[in-house]
Amino acid sequence: MLARLKQQLFRWRSDGTAPFRLGQRRVFILPTRAGLLFALALLVMLLGAINYNLALGHALVFLLAGLGLAGMVHTFRNLHGLEICPGRCEPVFVGENARFPLLLRNDRSTPRPALMLAADPTLTTTAAVNAENSTKTAVLLTAHRRGWLVLPRIRLSTEFPLGLFHAWSYLQPEMRCLIYPKPAMTPLPPATASDLNGQQHGDGGQEDFAGFRDRQPADSPRHVAWKASARDGGHRPLLIKQFAGGASNELRLRWQDTDAHADPEQRLSQLTGWVMAADAAGNAYALGLPDRDLPLGSGPAHRQRCLEALALTST
Amino acid sequence: MSTAAQLALDRGAPPWLFSSVLLATAPHCLHQPVWLSVFSGLLLVWAIWLWWRDERLPGRWPLIGLVVIACGGILLEFRTLFGRDAGVGLLVILAAMKLLETRSRRDAMVIVILDYFLLLTHYFYSQGIPTGVWLLLSIWLVTAALIRVSGGAVCQPAPTLRHAGTLLAQAIPFMIVLYLLFPRISGPLWGLPQDAHGGRTGLSDTMSPGSIAELVQSGAIAFRVRFDEAPPPRQKLYWRGPVMEEFDGRNWRPHAASVPVGRVEAVGNPLRYESTLEPHHQRWLLALDAPVLLPPESELNGQLTALSRQRVDQRRRFAMESVLDYRYNKDELATILSRNLVLPPGINPRARALADSWRHSDANPQSIIDQALRLFAGQEFSYTLRPPLLGENGLDQFIFESRRGFCEHYAAAFVFLMRAAGVPARVVGGYQGGEINPLDGYLVVRQSDAHAWAEVWLAGRGWVRVDPTSVVAPARLEAGIADALPQGEPLPALIQIRADWLRTLRHRWEAVNNAWNQHILGYDPQRQRELLSHLGLPDADWRRLAFVLAAVCALLLAGVTAWTLYQRPRTDPANRLWQRALHHLRRRQVDCAPWETPLALLARVESTHPAWAPAFRRVVDAYLGARYGEQQHQLDVLRQAVKQLP
Repeated sequence: MLARLKQQLFRWRSDGTAPFRLGQRRVFILPTRAGLLFALALLVMLLGAINYNLALGHALVFLLAGLGLAGMVHTFRNLHGLEICPGRCEPVFVGENARFPLLLRNDRSTPRPALMLAADPTLTTTAAVNAENSTKTAVLLTAHRRGWLVLPRIRLSTEFPLGLFHAWSYLQPEMRCLIYPKPAMTPLPPATASDLNGQQHGDGGQEDFAGFRDRQPADSPRHVAWKASARDGGHRPLLIKQFAGGASNELRLRWQDTDAHADPEQRLSQLTGWVMAADAAGNAYALGLPDRDLPLGSGPAHRQRCLEALALTST
Repeated sequence: MSTAAQLALDRGAPPWLFSSVLLATAPHCLHQPVWLSVFSGLLLVWAIWLWWRDERLPGRWPLIGLVVIACGGILLEFRTLFGRDAGVGLLVILAAMKLLETRSRRDAMVIVILDYFLLLTHYFYSQGIPTGVWLLLSIWLVTAALIRVSGGAVCQPAPTLRHAGTLLAQAIPFMIVLYLLFPRISGPLWGLPQDAHGGRTGLSDTMSPGSIAELVQSGAIAFRVRFDEAPPPRQKLYWRGPVMEEFDGRNWRPHAASVPVGRVEAVGNPLRYESTLEPHHQRWLLALDAPVLLPPESELNGQLTALSRQRVDQRRRFAMESVLDYRYNKDELATILSRNLVLPPGINPRARALADSWRHSDANPQSIIDQALRLFAGQEFSYTLRPPLLGENGLDQFIFESRRGFCEHYAAAFVFLMRAAGVPARVVGGYQGGEINPLDGYLVVRQSDAHAWAEVWLAGRGWVRVDPTSVVAPARLEAGIADALPQGEPLPALIQIRADWLRTLRHRWEAVNNAWNQHILGYDPQRQRELLSHLGLPDADWRRLAFVLAAVCALLLAGVTAWTLYQRPRTDPANRLWQRALHHLRRRQVDCAPWETPLALLARVESTHPAWAPAFRRVVDAYLGARYGEQQHQLDVLRQAVKQLP
């Protein structure tokens, strides 16, 4: 009931993935506690001015009342017309804070300081946008579970300039962040002889050119194939040249080898830890999950594929 | 919800708070006890020191100790915590002390609101122009501090001050509207504390030797008068205060019993005028002798003194009418006449003997009066603010030995002689004269114009004013006190000014002050009614007034909102024209992609809409020329081209 009322009142709806602008119908404003204190002080001052018949006291109270009203408009203005462009999220591990980047764009000739963004009231980010400028900021959200973390409704609020009013707006850009399982530090399983999938040997190395793939955020810009990327109008993500060769030890990280008594999430954590350790050691490794297998490989792209599989696997 | 309030203050914020507290409390140093100023000053310095050294703020117990000390001091000084001065003192100290425990934004907000509150308290002491200007400056800085606190470290000083200025400028229309239309109630709403009105200068209701001479040494303005017609000559301006009928050998007092109001027979035409009284905390209105028409809420007493129902505790305006020539109480009650013949037994035997000798030579009261005036005029009597101290038979000493005195000595001696000679007589206190300010035409009467004269009752004529000062120092009535006194008398410098330019400067300052008092401070319920009937809202009750007020404020708010929200971004004019051209295209279903350059767009238009591509080509050429070229008048070409788009 209350939720429906709020839904109606605040016009909660998805904002999609495109940039959007805050119109006046979605900016709400109420006095803060300091604003109520200010109003109370004004009332007492007015009574004092009447009681002592202070003409200038009246003027002072009325000036301050006008100041409060003008301040209300300015607080509203601090949000009104702000443009918000959702960005791309980098994956994080469980227990870390997921960052949902937003670009705030201000085309007004006055700055917009003291903007507060929060999806979770305990994790508030403060941002300021200069006049006719834009700024990058990010909404933080603690990742509790692996998989896709969908950005919930964000509250964008401000109390600038006087702190007497609190203006806020609800934003719901369609953003999600991939959460990897939390890596558990356990010793790696022993390396095994590489008798299977020999032709895949050394995928992700640095020696022989083996083709293109889409660039992942973890890839170094040195590996971007600029010419190839430019070929079809810049509409695709950047491409990365892939090379073969250069791997050393080979590991099989399998679901069956993890601690069978632990709960499935714990076992995924263990696998994640292994992937991280194997990658750090520069080993080639294959990942065997109950619902899929990833072939032997190494390098950041392989690691990312493995982590994604670990994040999204259903056990 | 208010997470911002719990945020810690950044290091740049406290200096704003220090200066706002300093500005809001500094003027109180002028009147509060020195120890209070020093105490709060030390607290402020301590807070600044801790901030400077980046040290921890003191804990709770030291602060509680300080509060107890401060409250104790205030209790000792003022004997209360809740009077006006005590309350202000407490607020000053609390504001300084709050600086010592300001850690979060919420604390800072409390300080700022306390500052705003403190600004109000200055008006208890002065509502003059300097106070007004100082407070406007203070509000500006306090508001800037508030912006700095809620905006955080990104706020630079200059933009913060500018923003505060903008806010104040936008608040001023609201202030004016509320000031004019907010339903005014004349206070007080409840009893004021004992010390609500400090600083009493003005006539008192008793007269003793030296009491008026003391008052005369103040140049403060007692009241201002605006006559509807030309003001009467100065020596006729007797402003009547208390009438003193009882004499105990040294002091003169009004008689306690009230008597019925007598009858004024006007001889001349009544004179209309409006008097603006400074607060003197007495009831008398200091009407021109003799009042015939009084303002509402006032009355005439049996001694022809106009009295207000309430004490004049604030500057107030009264419209009155007086006649300069009059007869009062030709048929006076016998009790009053006998009361005005009473003298304390045994004192001043020589004066009594003198009066007796006059009565024996000629019992006609008029000749007795003439005898007395001749005495003061002829012999070595002088007019001075510094008479010698008089002993037990003071009047004997004065008349026969020292012969130096001020108007109260002459009035008292005259009345004593008259009573001793059997002529009913009494002392009248008030003011005499005044000075016209040529700039605004107001007659200014100062404390230095305070005066005392005598009144005698003559059969067939009633009470007649006799001013013995007029024979001792005629200049007192014609030119004023400064000319009547010899050089070197302790008169305030303000009155002694003889240089013309200084006098003009003083007149100008006083005229400005008077305009401020009359038009800004003097805006009272009555003026409000007048304004409302001008605006076509005669006898509007508070409900209608509230409605009008709300409507006007809503309009203003809409105006301010429109002004602040819809300021067009400062775009380059060429860009603006280009956007207009794009708008034309959009109506024809051609959208310019964000990455599309004008030339790329043109190429697309040429292939899809060849019919009006030439017109668009002219726009693109002109736009590129205006944006990147160096030729003059390209903007006009562009404007033309945009206009010619189909």
